[in-house]
Amino acid sequence: MAEEFVLEGEQRVFMTGNEVVAWAAVAAKADIMYGYPITPQNEIMHYWTRLAPKYNKRFLQTEDEISAGFTTLGGILAGSKAFTGTSGPGNVLMQESANMAEMMRIPMVCVIQQRGGPSTATVIYAQQETQLTCFGGNGEGHRVVYSTATHQDLFDYTIKAFNTAWTYRFPVFILGDGYQAKMREPLTMYDPESKGIKMVSAVPTLGQNVPGKQFKYLRNCLNTEEELHEVLLKHIADYENMAPQVIEYDARGCDDADIVIVSHGMVSRAALSAYHHFRAKGVKVGYFRPITVRPFPTEQLRTIADKTKKLLVAESAQGQLLKMVQAGIYGSTTEIETLLRPGLGITSEEIIDVVEQIKL
Amino acid sequence: MQEVRSQGEFLPAMPTCWNEATKPHKFCPGCGHGLILKTIGELIDELEIRDRVVFGCDVGCSLLAWDFFACDSLQTHHGRVTPTMVGFKRANPDAICIAYMGDGGGYAIGSQHLFNASVRNDRITVVLCNNTNYGMTGGQMAPTTLPGQKTETTPYGRDVHVTGYPTKGPEMVATVTPEGAYVARGSMHNLRQLKSFIRKAIETQISGSGFGFVEALSSCPTNWRTNAKKTWEFVEKDMTAYFDVGEIKAPQAKEGV
Repeated sequence: MAEEFVLEGEQRVFMTGNEVVAWAAVAAKADIMYGYPITPQNEIMHYWTRLAPKYNKRFLQTEDEISAGFTTLGGILAGSKAFTGTSGPGNVLMQESANMAEMMRIPMVCVIQQRGGPSTATVIYAQQETQLTCFGGNGEGHRVVYSTATHQDLFDYTIKAFNTAWTYRFPVFILGDGYQAKMREPLTMYDPESKGIKMVSAVPTLGQNVPGKQFKYLRNCLNTEEELHEVLLKHIADYENMAPQVIEYDARGCDDADIVIVSHGMVSRAALSAYHHFRAKGVKVGYFRPITVRPFPTEQLRTIADKTKKLLVAESAQGQLLKMVQAGIYGSTTEIETLLRPGLGITSEEIIDVVEQIKL
Repeated sequence: MQEVRSQGEFLPAMPTCWNEATKPHKFCPGCGHGLILKTIGELIDELEIRDRVVFGCDVGCSLLAWDFFACDSLQTHHGRVTPTMVGFKRANPDAICIAYMGDGGGYAIGSQHLFNASVRNDRITVVLCNNTNYGMTGGQMAPTTLPGQKTETTPYGRDVHVTGYPTKGPEMVATVTPEGAYVARGSMHNLRQLKSFIRKAIETQISGSGFGFVEALSSCPTNWRTNAKKTWEFVEKDMTAYFDVGEIKAPQAKEGV
């Protein structure tokens, strides 16, 4: 008999981010993972396949990420909590199935560990998949993207990803990166239900043709522009209703700040250190980190932008977060300074240097 | 009213798993899809599997089958019905997963999925309609276009020195599947035989023996620009001259059975 997953109370652990994701998926009662090898995501599969038989869970290694995405959708339609994980060029291929999930409202969960692209570029780190993960494919970007910064985030938000997906039936991405995937860090693991987090159950969409039942017909083929428009309007309304419920961000010291550092994911850790550095010296620096980069905390950032003199956008890409910030504060006269390091990590010292050089 | 009803008495019996609200079907006059789907419908009835069937179709003309049956159905992206059904079956092994596609979906854009599902011996049934061209997009060359055949992208006839020879799908699937799989090529011009092949392919899934694959030679008079007689001749003579009809691989009968 397979054992039921139990994490007694809380456990302090020290492990890599990929291992954290595998444990979080077990904690979230995920049933099956479909995946294709790609660095730096591989160890999610490695740990999942080691844990799976112990917890009566399954795994399928597919022929590519297109297949990983579509098999994941098949598993979900059958009523399983299914997920996948990928990176870089695999993320590109994953977008086709993500688009189907958006249009058919299939609660897909996908963990992205960003690398520098395009293939093979680096297998290490970048934030170059931010726009792709938020808006990839031919659709309207109807997905939720949690940008994680720490291993605790990876655990918390992987669990949350399943609940968000199954509650709102939009695909949900965890946007990590190679640094988070590969490095070890302490965190606290827990059983979500014992902390009062109720896990949303998976239900089958197809495959129960009992007599008298209204059969389900899922399709992406629509006959007219008007028909597509009507379907999209419904999704847009659902997405907009969902947005205030799922938007998350971390804002510190933004009320009296002369300059607010805006960053997401791994870079926000350097930004947070810089923020503490300046505040310890009495310099009025603020910190703003969108946790959901899609939907983006637009109103919250706009309110902050109206109160501060400048924003400093720091990211390991040439302006992918910047575009969201610009769109988010449209109409504000607050200046935006940038620290753009495509494909490079950013240290707190670099951010401190840049802030000190900016004339306020 | 009465006249209509009395006319109905002369109509052949249709499968009970048909979605009557969507009949007559949406395929062109003379298209083979309707016949192949009718065969699948009869088998769903006869094998009494309707409560467990999930019917998946691809993109291309096969997508017009999205509401063909009175059972849960799914229409995916081009070439992706195979992995979607594979994922479904892995999560729910009790389901009977039928993936329906055209030659473009199976042999071109989704060929990696067909190949690997074959290698893995996934317990699903794939029925692939081979009409030697891309019908829905207006009759371009398909992997199965015959040598010399004119299409919109081979207006002077398919030159095999430039584009290669037509794909022999069942032969490929038979080569890469392990024992236990079922592989055959049937044709709409011999429906009774085609039905027996699809029956075995579904039974192969039901028994858990392995992957079931049937290619069905089919017609496309709209894009072939052929009348009824020429259409039938093309399927029966020209296509079968290149594509051998018959069983290519069948699970070994157990001793004493």
